[in-house]
This record gives sequence, C-alpha cells and structure tokens, in this order.
Amino acid sequence: MIPSQFDYIAAQSVEQATRLLEQTQGAKILAGGMSLLPAVKARLNEPGLLIDIGKLDELVGVSTGWLGRLKIGAMSTHVSLIDHPDLTAQPIFSDAARVIADVQVRNRGTIGGSLSYADPAADWPAVFLALEGEVLLRSHKKKRKVKAEDFFISMMTSAVASNELLTEVAFSLDSKRAGNAYIKHRQPASGLALAGAAVNLVVDKKQRIEKINMGVSGVNAMPFLARSLSEKLQGGVLPSEDALQKLCAQVDECDPLEDLHGGADYRRALLANAASRSITLAYQRATAA
Amino acid sequence: MNISLTINGEPVTADVEPRLLLAHFLRDHRRLTGTHVGCDTSQCGACTIHFNGKAIKSCTMLAVQADGGEVCTIEQLAQGRLLNPLQQAFQDEHGLQCGFCTPGMVMTIAELESRGEPMTDAEIREALEGNRCRCTGYQNIVKAARKVIPEPVGYRGEASA
Amino acid sequence: MSEAGKAKMGQPMNRLEDPKLVTGNGCYVDDIKRDGMLHLDFLRSPYAHADILSIDTDAALALPGVVAIYTGADLADKLGPVPSFSVPGNFFNTPDMHMLALDKVRFVGEMVVAVVASDRYIARDARELIKVNYKPLPAVTDIEKALLDDAPLVHESMGSNRAFMIPIGDAEGAAKALEGADVVVKERLINQRVIPNPMETRGVVAEYSPWDNELTAWISTQAPQNLRRDFAKFLDHPDAKLRVIAPDVGGGFGPKGAVYPDELMTVYVARELARPVKWIEERQESMMATTHARGQVYDVEMGVNRDGSIQGLRIHMLAHMGAHYGANTPVTAMVTAACITGAYKIPHAVLNAESVFTHTTCIDAYRGFGRTESSYLIERMVNRLAQEIDMDPVELRHKNFIQPDEFPYITPMNNTYDDGHYEVSMSRALEMADYDALREQQRVFRAKGRYVGIGVSSHVWRASFRMPDTHGTDNWCIGGWEKSTVTVSDNGGVTVTIGTCSMGQGIATATAQVVADVLSIDTDNIKIVEKDTFAAPFGNGSMGSRSMVTGGSATLLAAKKARAKILRLAAHLLDSVDDELELKDGCVLVVGQPEKSVSLFDIARLSLRGQEEQPLNEEPTIEESAVYEIPKFAPEFATHTAAWGTHLCLVEVQPATGKIDILRYIAVDDVGRAINPKICAGQIHGGVAQGLGQALMEEAVYDDDGQLLTSSFLDYCTPKATDMPWLEVDFTETPNPTNALGVRGVGESGTCGASPVLVNAVVDALSPLGVTHIDMPLKPEKVWKAIQQAQGDVQEASRHSQKTPRDSQQAQPRPQQEQHA
Repeated sequence: MIPSQFDYIAAQSVEQATRLLEQTQGAKILAGGMSLLPAVKARLNEPGLLIDIGKLDELVGVSTGWLGRLKIGAMSTHVSLIDHPDLTAQPIFSDAARVIADVQVRNRGTIGGSLSYADPAADWPAVFLALEGEVLLRSHKKKRKVKAEDFFISMMTSAVASNELLTEVAFSLDSKRAGNAYIKHRQPASGLALAGAAVNLVVDKKQRIEKINMGVSGVNAMPFLARSLSEKLQGGVLPSEDALQKLCAQVDECDPLEDLHGGADYRRALLANAASRSITLAYQRATAA
Repeated sequence: MNISLTINGEPVTADVEPRLLLAHFLRDHRRLTGTHVGCDTSQCGACTIHFNGKAIKSCTMLAVQADGGEVCTIEQLAQGRLLNPLQQAFQDEHGLQCGFCTPGMVMTIAELESRGEPMTDAEIREALEGNRCRCTGYQNIVKAARKVIPEPVGYRGEASA
Repeated sequence: MSEAGKAKMGQPMNRLEDPKLVTGNGCYVDDIKRDGMLHLDFLRSPYAHADILSIDTDAALALPGVVAIYTGADLADKLGPVPSFSVPGNFFNTPDMHMLALDKVRFVGEMVVAVVASDRYIARDARELIKVNYKPLPAVTDIEKALLDDAPLVHESMGSNRAFMIPIGDAEGAAKALEGADVVVKERLINQRVIPNPMETRGVVAEYSPWDNELTAWISTQAPQNLRRDFAKFLDHPDAKLRVIAPDVGGGFGPKGAVYPDELMTVYVARELARPVKWIEERQESMMATTHARGQVYDVEMGVNRDGSIQGLRIHMLAHMGAHYGANTPVTAMVTAACITGAYKIPHAVLNAESVFTHTTCIDAYRGFGRTESSYLIERMVNRLAQEIDMDPVELRHKNFIQPDEFPYITPMNNTYDDGHYEVSMSRALEMADYDALREQQRVFRAKGRYVGIGVSSHVWRASFRMPDTHGTDNWCIGGWEKSTVTVSDNGGVTVTIGTCSMGQGIATATAQVVADVLSIDTDNIKIVEKDTFAAPFGNGSMGSRSMVTGGSATLLAAKKARAKILRLAAHLLDSVDDELELKDGCVLVVGQPEKSVSLFDIARLSLRGQEEQPLNEEPTIEESAVYEIPKFAPEFATHTAAWGTHLCLVEVQPATGKIDILRYIAVDDVGRAINPKICAGQIHGGVAQGLGQALMEEAVYDDDGQLLTSSFLDYCTPKATDMPWLEVDFTETPNPTNALGVRGVGESGTCGASPVLVNAVVDALSPLGVTHIDMPLKPEKVWKAIQQAQGDVQEASRHSQKTPRDSQQAQPRPQQEQHA
C-alpha cells in the first residue's frame, strides 16, 4: 500500500496549522494518523498537503477546572487516557481507551483525531455524546465551540470544517452520585465496534436515576444518543436484569447498518447486551460513589 | 525533505519523500530488514518498532513524522551475539516458527516488559491483539512473554491450570 | 549452543533457526536488494468476468522511472499458457490461462498488465495511470448457480462449468446399505472457502546474467526444485542454468507450493531486461491472487443401526475449482475421498465428486488438503449420528473403529490405510479430559440453563504421499521420495543436503538432530543445505507433511551409511578391524579401551588422502547419499502413511451474543516418533489455530458480481491471541513401520481435528434446543440466529400436540444461515 504524493509540513504552532489549512487547497490535518494514514495508503484519501500537528505539545494533556470542568487536549493519545490520575472519577475514559484497536494504535491515535474522523464504529464519539462534551474548533481567524449533540453530521462527517482544527474536548461532569461506563462488542476482524454503549448517569439520594445519557457506537451510520432509552429510565431505580434487557432491546433510534459482520437484528441484540451491562455498571459506580 | 532522527542509538539524517512510510525507510533505505510488512491495513503488527519508547506500527507512520525522534528496531535488542532475555525466552519456549511476525511480537512484548507491571495471561493476550501470527497459535508466544512479564501476586496462569 | 552429545532424536532442543530469526536477521525475499534492481507491480482485474476491449499504457510509460510495461498482447507470441495441473491423456480438462490476460478476465485479481519501474513507489503510481477498458460480463461465484443451464460460462470452450464428475467407491453397495439401515441421517455440510494467509505474502527477486545465461530467482516458495523444473520448461531456459532459491519463507501452508504466473512473469522480465527485478505481493493482492482453499459442499447420507454400527455413507460433493486450475486443484476430490470413511469400518461408501468452475480465485492445497475436508465431514457426521440415536459420541466411535489387527485396511473408496491404533490416542485424550467428569459437569451446567458442550473428533489423515507416474503441472512429478546426502568435510564438519523446504516447521533442527544422534556429534558443526537448486538439486519440497517422513528417513539412511564408513575408516586408523567400535561425542572408540580412540577430524583427514592411503575398497571422501521412497501400498492414485489423533473440547455458548468460549481444548495426536517434541507441539498449536480459525471466523466471501468482499484483515478474520484457548497437547508415538524414521507427520493433524471438534462441541451445547448442525464459520451472529430460531421452534413445538419420533426428526429446526458455497 503506497500513498500518492503529497506535501508535508510539521506545524510549529496552532496558528501556523490553521493558517495553512485556510490557505492551502487539499490540506488535511495529520494527528496520530491511525485513521487517516491507512486511508491515504489505500489512496481512498489523496490530500495535497498533510499538516502534522504531532509536535504541538500544547494540544496534549488533561486539565481539570472548577465545577467538574475537564479539558482534554486533542492530541492526547488513547493510551494516555487509560488510568489517567485526573480521570479516576470518570472510569468511562479508561473503559473506552482500553478497547480501542490495540497497543500500537493506542500509542499513536488521539482523541481529537478519532472525533474528527467520525467513524461510526469508533469509540470516543459514543463517549463524547454520553458525557455531553463540547469541542473547541479553531480556524485561522476564529474559534467556536460545538456541542456533542451537534457534532456528528453524517457518516464519517463531523462538524469540523475543512479549514478548522479541533484543539480540545471539554466536559462538565458531575462527581457526586455519578457513574459512567463503556462496553463494546468488537467486529472480530477489524476490532472496531459492532455495538458499543457509553453510559453516563447521575442518581439521586434514593438511587433513582436523575439523568442518563447513552451514546451508541457501531450500530448506525453515525454515533447517536439513545434519548428514547434515557426517557424510559429516568426517574426510576435500575430495573431488573430482564426488564433492563428488554428496554435495551428496543432502542428507537436504532437504524442499523448491515454488512457481512452483522445484520440489523444482530446489532440490536449486541447493543441490548452492551447497553444493559454498561448501564448496570455505570449505576453500580454511581451508587457506590 | 530532510529528516534527522536517532535509529538504534545512532544519529541518522536523510532526504526523503513525504509519502515514504517509516517501515520502508527503515527496510529499504537503512537496510534494517528485521522489521517486516505483512498487511495493507495496519493490523498485523509485523512492522512494530519503538518510537520514543512506545510500540507503534511503522507501516502507519511516515518517515517524516519520525523527525527529531528516537526509533528502536528489533536489531537493537540482542546484546552483541547474545539474545536478550526476551529473545532467549522466545527460543526456549519455541515462540517462533517462520519468524515473520516475530520481530513485531518481540517489540510489542518488550514495551509491555518495560512497563514493569504485572499482567495476567489474558491481559498479555489482549495486548497482542495488534500482532498476528499464523504459525504458532500464540501459546508459546504467551509463554515466552510470561518469562519477562511478572505475574500478579497469587495468580495461577493458563499453564498451571 | 548445545552441549556436546546432547542433540538426539526425541529431545526438545532449541531450534537452530531461531537466533537469526528472533533478532531480525532472517532473509525473506523482500529483504533482498540487488544492484540496479527494478520493481514490478501488477494491474489486476477489478472484474470477475469481463472482456478486455483496450489497454492504454501511454501515460504510465511516460512517467519518469518507468522502464517497461507488458500486456497480454506483448506476450502472446513469446510465452505459452501458465503451467497448471495436467495428467497426460486423462479426463481432467485444463483450460489455458495466459500469464497476462489476453482478451478476457475470469476472476477478480487476474493479472492484466505488468509495470516495471525503478522503485516500488513509482511502479505503484504508474499502475494508477494505466487505463484498461473492460466490458463487464455476468459472473457466477456460487457453486450451485454455476451448474444451472443459464449460468455464465467460465470457459466457453468447455460448454459447461462442470470441470468433471467422478464417482469414487461403491454406489450400489452404499444404496443398499442405506436402505437397510435402521436410521439414516441426511445432512448438508458446507466446508467454506478460506484464504490461507501466511504472514509473509509471496514474492520474487530474479536476476539474469547474460554472459553465462544464468537465471537466478529467490522465491518465497515451498518447492524450489519443482519451480525450477516448471520455470525452465515454461521459459524455455536450460534448467541447468536456472537456479531457484527459497530464502527464509514466512509461512507456506500449501499455497506456496503452486506455480504462479506472477512469479513466472517476474523471472521472465528479469531475463528480458537483464536487470534484477523484484515483485512483492501486497496483502489485498495476496487475498485475490494466492490460491484459496476448501470450498466444498456435501449432501451426505449416513446410515447406522440402533446398536451403533455404521452401515453406509453416500456423499454428493460439489467442489470449487475457481476460474482455473492451480498445481493441485482437481485432485482435491480424490484426496478428500481417500480418508472420507475416517477411522471407521464403514462397509459401503460412495462419493460422487462434481468439480465446478466459478469466477473466483482458484482453490488449491492448504494445511490438511483433502484430509481436513474429509475429517470434517466424517467426524461431524459421526456426531450427528450419535445425536440421532442418542448414543454417546465416544461410544459410537469405539463401536466402529478399525482395529489394529485389521490393517492394512482397504476402505470402500479403495484407499489403503497402512496402520492405525485409534484407541491409543482416544484413551489418552479421554484420560486427560477426565471425560466422565466432564459429562457430569455438563449435566450440572445444563441444569442451570447454561449451554455447555463437549466435542470429540477422532480424525484420521495421511501424511506424505506418492503419486504414480507423471502428474501435476505439466512435467511436475511429485515423487514419494527424497534424497539426502551426508558429507563429512575437511575438519570433520558435517553437511546434510536435503530436498525439503523449511518455512517455519523446524526441518533444519529436526534433520540436524537425526544426524547428530546417528553420528554422535554436536549440532554446532552441522550445516543443513536446502532450498537452493544449485546446491540441493533433487527434491520435492515441503507439503503434505512429507518432510520428515521422506526427507527425514532419507537423512537417517544416509547418516547411517556415513556412520558405517566413518567406522570403517576408524577401524583402519585404530588398527582394530575386529574390535567393537562406538561413536561418542565426535570420536570413535574401541569399546572397553577408551584410550584407543580417533576423532572425526582425523577420520575426515584420512578420507581426503589419496586412493592408496585409503583402506581396501574405500574411495576418498565421505559423502553418502540415500533415497527413501514411500512404499507403494496399493494400486491407487496416491499412497500415503497413516496418522491420526483425538481432539476434545469443552465450550460454552453465550445465548445473548452467540459468542463461543472454549473452556478446554485437548489434543492427542499420534506422530509415530517425535523427533523434537517441542517442535511437534508447536505444529499442533498452529494447526489447531488454523482449524479453529476456519471453524469460528474465517470465510472468503464473494458477492454476486464476483467481488471479493473479504480482501483485507479488516474483513477477513484470522485468529488473534485472544481467540485461542490454552491447548493441552500430548502425543502418542506408535512407531510407523513403513518408514525408516518411524514418523507419521504432524503438521496437518491440528487442522484435521480442530474444525470438527469445535462444531461438534457447539452443536452438543445447543442440542437441548434441538439444534443438530450449524455450518462453519460459527460466527457469533450465525450461532445467535440458530439459538433464536431453535428457541422459537421449541416454544412452537411445546404449543402443539406430541409428534412421533420420525416426525420430530423431520421437523428438526434447521437454522437459517447464509449458504456460502
């Protein structure tokens, strides 16, 4: 697999990267390269210029702020988010990072890259949705924030415009009586999600679910929030195993992809399994907190 | 484009095309042919090397991205003519047959070893998801890894079952 | 480094090949770089069936760095059709395949244009600039659809997609037997098409020296001598001047034993351009261009009496050929037939084999070739029968095993098994598993509603082979012999020249162990010469588990001859013609008088002196050769030596997801004699992995237009470390009386056992639901659907009134599954 020819520059600053994006036709941002480079090698993607942001240390790292505000730099690698000391209260990050691809990919792949690429079978998009995150997008002259619910436009298309760079992902997370989890069923060949359920919930003092969001990967052509499921679960305690399984088998927003790795019914069944286990785990974590 | 990097402890400079894959740079330009290319889709792991101390797939990296960094390939591990303990473990446990996936396997396990953390057999297997083998069925590879990666306290592994 | 005298047969010594490989100092074909080397890339057909209307290479030729471009038209007058399977004067039709497609393409991946450039990046760019104008035609990839009257023909000249149809066995006897049996089970089994996928794809570096007309080709192959033979003829090159070298080979498994047009083309171009040329297959290319495997559909009827005695077997088999023949393609049916009755005394059996062309990659040998297919069929059906008559599958096997005193045994397919002690491996496997306790455990789990199953397979296969007369690709004769030459050189160093081909199976080490044992020397001073036709001109390569059976036996005989000469020369040196001598640690000693000894160094030196200094009747030099040939047991197509094993596994099926957990896997195989038990175990591990791969996850899928949907590891799933259970492996060693070494072959036993044992276990797990069969691969979705349907049927059945047992049989839920044939 040999790429076609392209120009390359290692950006020295965010400013330089965005300026080049603005000014150069056919320019693309190269983050970890774990999604982009395989496509470039297969000549499915033929950029004119690759702007490598791999040296921009300012885009790396986790910072915590007031009131549960959490910021993760776009170039933070997946492996860096496993057991990160600032993320211990949010185990969903380790849950998800651990099951992305493999050791080698986790060492290079980035959360910003994963979100921008918007592969429906990737893991961070579902987590991003469940945690109601927000990204910061910078272009040459402007910056803007986009909420998770507005971020995924269509298959493999995010809100990141061709002249924009995703620089950070931010979350406002509850820590009291909150719990989250991610459980995924892998497509056995590629390791991507056939069905993944990212759950974030908060319980009240009586252990009733006050808020619950579930982001789904792998099932539809886009990652999505299972709002219908949230509505059914809100206000009550965790249903029994059977009841929960039944609810998770009826996610209205499902419009499953079909390919030789899984038909619609099977993806629904896998989602039911992943979702009920993820909700149960998130609930256990919330009630233990 | 000019790049400068360290390969197996040696400073190297070269003028390369931006599209040149790091794996090809190492194999064809530097004649370090121990790193192998086994697939097109970044899955088989035969091309695994260390970049800045971490196991990565050199087929999914451009040589230009390695500018300023530190590359370590399989060729660096042996100590003169002595196999390093992991390589010796591979031989002792018969963890290789055709040898094509082996350098990549060794490099991934070397990173696990460098972490110094105990791992169960299942965790070792999971950590090898990015390395495919068609010859060994993985059993002896896990046994070899087991020799350099500590077990959790009180753990009974697959071999003792 | 081994200790002196430690390298003996039977020892699990470390492999001599390893230090080089584990340090990254192996030399695989892509590691070879020659001065001025060019790179070859192929433009291959994106269509399964199409006319080629025009090819425009102008833009590609104009790209700087492009040296040459070839199309089918360029070669039409220069090269004949690609060698493929043929037997003179027989009924196997062999439609010609051009090296580069001339006016038509017949499968996705067929070569159309060859581009030669100064480096591989430019070659790839040039490929992009070539414009081929195709007229797509209807294609057929399904084996049954290919036999319909209106099916598009793969080869117009044949008038049909049916390559041939042969009955093997006794049709009348089988029909009567089935009529008379108490119970007849009918089942349709699919042995799906798989892609072998060694970790190293194929490749060639070829170079030509015009001044001495010598052509050298390094090829990732299993059979360098066979390739030299075929290439010399095809390229019209004197074969004494054609050298084929197999460097380190990253896995072969069968497909690398074939003769390929891309390899031929690379060698041709090197000669034409008088420049070294390299071609390395990309993975996607490999999945289309390297031969596929299995691809058979069986309609089986098997009759058994209530007492468990199997009465008869009738099979109608459809076998994919692909779009053209490879080296072994048409013999798949015969090889499958050879062990189709397995370990059992089945008095009457018939196999009607229909071999069919489709617009797909050709099917050829892959680990287990024919024997994996037959093991799967018979072991699956025996379990099917056991389930039908409610008998324990182990007991059913005991009842029908061919007994040791019944060998040599001629099967109803007219194949001879030379030997068999099935109870030995079976009882060891049962002991390791604690079978009764396992069944009790299953009862307990079942009572809790868990789907736990136990699978058994008692596979019989045959290692090595001997073909009669001339057969195979053109003049390729796969002899059942190997020649080995043991040479003791100037300083007592020993060289062993063999004709087999290491590709990871540890032949060099095992061979060294044989010689070290016989000559009582260390392996440090043994050199194995193999895989280079200049140095080892005679041989048939490695395939079919033949290497130690034939090559190892030849080495043993040659080493013994060398030993005898060493002793004669030693006797002369020690002036002890009548004394008893022994070899120990590289010296020859007089027994009881250890001070009277002479070293191999001195003996070697004597052997190099003039004739008059040699003992009477001896010539200078110690160079002893021996040929070992498998005895011809019977007048059948190919004779082999028998091997067998018993595998057992315990699985649990997760109904919510259809996933299968393998809780235990036990493999007991009879290898005759384990020259190196560590290497033997490794062969079982690898074979089981490939067998489980087929059983659980691997499948080559074509769509109706002939597109290969599974052409990368993103879609074609080979087992990863997390997919493999811990394997409990043991061997029984019943010496094989028919070869000098006493070995039985081990490479293919794993694949023969693993696929039926896994399917048997899963069906056993789901049998409370009434499931009687699920086709491979047992992908979780397929298993989940089978459970869904069976649960639905169970609910349905419980709502209806009782049926008679016969009716219930007919109403067995047949899981909905995609029939990928």
